[in-house]
Amino acid sequence: MPAGRGKTAIGNFAQCKKCKKTLFSAEFLEALWICHHCGHHHRLSSEQRIACTFDEGSFVELDAELASEDPLQFPEYADKIQIATEKTGLNDGVISGRAKIDGMPVVAAIADFSFMGGSMGSVGGEKITRTLERGVDDRCPVVIFCASGGARMQEGLLSLMQMPKTTAAVQRCNENGIPYIAVFTDPTMAGVLASYASVADVILAEPKALVGFAGARVSKQAQVVKPPSDFQTAEFVARAGMLDKIVDRRELRGTLVALVKILGAHLRKGAKSG
Amino acid sequence: MAKTWKEWEKPVLELEELIEKLRVLIDAEADATKKKELHVRLEEFEKRRDNFIKVRYSRLGAWEKVLLARAEPRPYTLDYIANIFTDFTELDGDRRMGADHALVVGPAAMLDGRPVMIVGHQKGRDIQQRAYRNFAMCKPEGYRKAMRMFDMADRFGMPIITFIDTPAADPGVESEMRGISEAIAASMLKMFELTVPVVSVVIGEGGSGGAIGIGVANKVYMQEHAIYSVIPPEGCAAILWRDPTKGAEAAAALQLTAQSAMELELIDEILEEPFGGAHRDPVEAAVTVKETLVAALADLDKVPPKKLKEQRYDRYRKMGRFQTA
Ligand SMILES: [Zn+2]
Repeated sequence: MPAGRGKTAIGNFAQCKKCKKTLFSAEFLEALWICHHCGHHHRLSSEQRIACTFDEGSFVELDAELASEDPLQFPEYADKIQIATEKTGLNDGVISGRAKIDGMPVVAAIADFSFMGGSMGSVGGEKITRTLERGVDDRCPVVIFCASGGARMQEGLLSLMQMPKTTAAVQRCNENGIPYIAVFTDPTMAGVLASYASVADVILAEPKALVGFAGARVSKQAQVVKPPSDFQTAEFVARAGMLDKIVDRRELRGTLVALVKILGAHLRKGAKSG
Repeated sequence: MAKTWKEWEKPVLELEELIEKLRVLIDAEADATKKKELHVRLEEFEKRRDNFIKVRYSRLGAWEKVLLARAEPRPYTLDYIANIFTDFTELDGDRRMGADHALVVGPAAMLDGRPVMIVGHQKGRDIQQRAYRNFAMCKPEGYRKAMRMFDMADRFGMPIITFIDTPAADPGVESEMRGISEAIAASMLKMFELTVPVVSVVIGEGGSGGAIGIGVANKVYMQEHAIYSVIPPEGCAAILWRDPTKGAEAAAALQLTAQSAMELELIDEILEEPFGGAHRDPVEAAVTVKETLVAALADLDKVPPKKLKEQRYDRYRKMGRFQTA
């Protein structure tokens, strides 16, 4: 598995965000940003995610020109977008494109939490929708890495409407026999979880990823039943029967390869004969 | 800043109370001259009340709309059902896990006898009813019950009418355990599969995922004083300014009114409410909704089933504002 060409400017040493123990940068990178002391899966940038998932150099970004407007002239939104853009070098919290995984073509979208918490506004919704539609057009499996706090409130109702818009595109994949695999990474919440993320054919998750509908603040106030200690984690959601498999990041590429190979077999056959 | 509808409408409500008292006095008065005098006073009061309402309702801010959308006397789904349809039979249960009374569902007939399927959030007016209805916050069972109805309607070729009036989907532990997110997503997905007409009316609160979970339609209408929002204004204020009391500022920023939704081209039409709001005349409010539904279904009847599905896809496909530079 490629170790990744992501942003690794962390010097010789790094510190685990969870257990605070010191890590050797080279080992940390080799372990795909998993702490070897406590197993914590650190959040990845979209660039790191692409590097440790797809065949080296195979990812071709599309729709990169899409950028947010400020349709509601929402307080501080324009500034927040500008800061996020400068910080990440991205136009939005979703990167979309085409890639290969073990030689097999896939259509992919990767959410980047570092861009405004991966929140889904018009651009994020459009990119996810285009990705799923592209799966139908290319007759190609779709892989989406989710990482989002939910809908982007700064675009008001426009953001809410990205939920049905993206879900509709999943329905298109369904009726066209296009396999769609979602990977819940830390965190996958609210409006994203309650739309395209939860209706994938196969749902994988990274260990301990935060996965839930209501924000922690709302949730705490509203609880009549005492939440279990692992409430709103991938493990909790798996127990509820709402996802298929929790996969260690080091096994993730292999799992995706197997799924794309088997679930996408009918598409590749069709391509050969047609 | 008023926190409730009652607080905000206090001057009008006080006037209305006075008017009621005067009416009782007039009825009890035997002396014709005095009766006439009282009548003059009554008319004065009524004029004052009407002027008051006119002025207040002509400049409603986003926050006032929030208060009105949540007003307890506002007609709820069951009120509209009673005033618009006949032969309604409420059905229940998701056939998987349980019953959810935050949602009212079942078949009914339009006044011309045409069968339709109704799915709507239901609020409660007193403490018991509010608890029974879970404040109109659906659990996964609610959306799964709705999906049962959507399937049934699709099989029998019945148009679907949904009434939206919820603060949010249920945020409790049990809802998370039973997959509230999946239920909302699956319900939306189901609505995109339908080959029958779907019409949706936001009659009060359109509370984010809880609302859109039954809100995917060919035509979407909003009552004049209804709201539709990605997040409750108080929640937005808590995140933005760490101050949930700044709901009014957040409501303005979120542009959650029917008028804004229309400007953003996210709904098809705003339905005018009776003078002083739907709660002042639920019957008249229902007449407008009924006429709208009749016209909408007549329009959608001209569209072939497969096209209905495509039209629904296209309707949502174009939603969003972004730059392509
Ligand atoms: Zn650690």
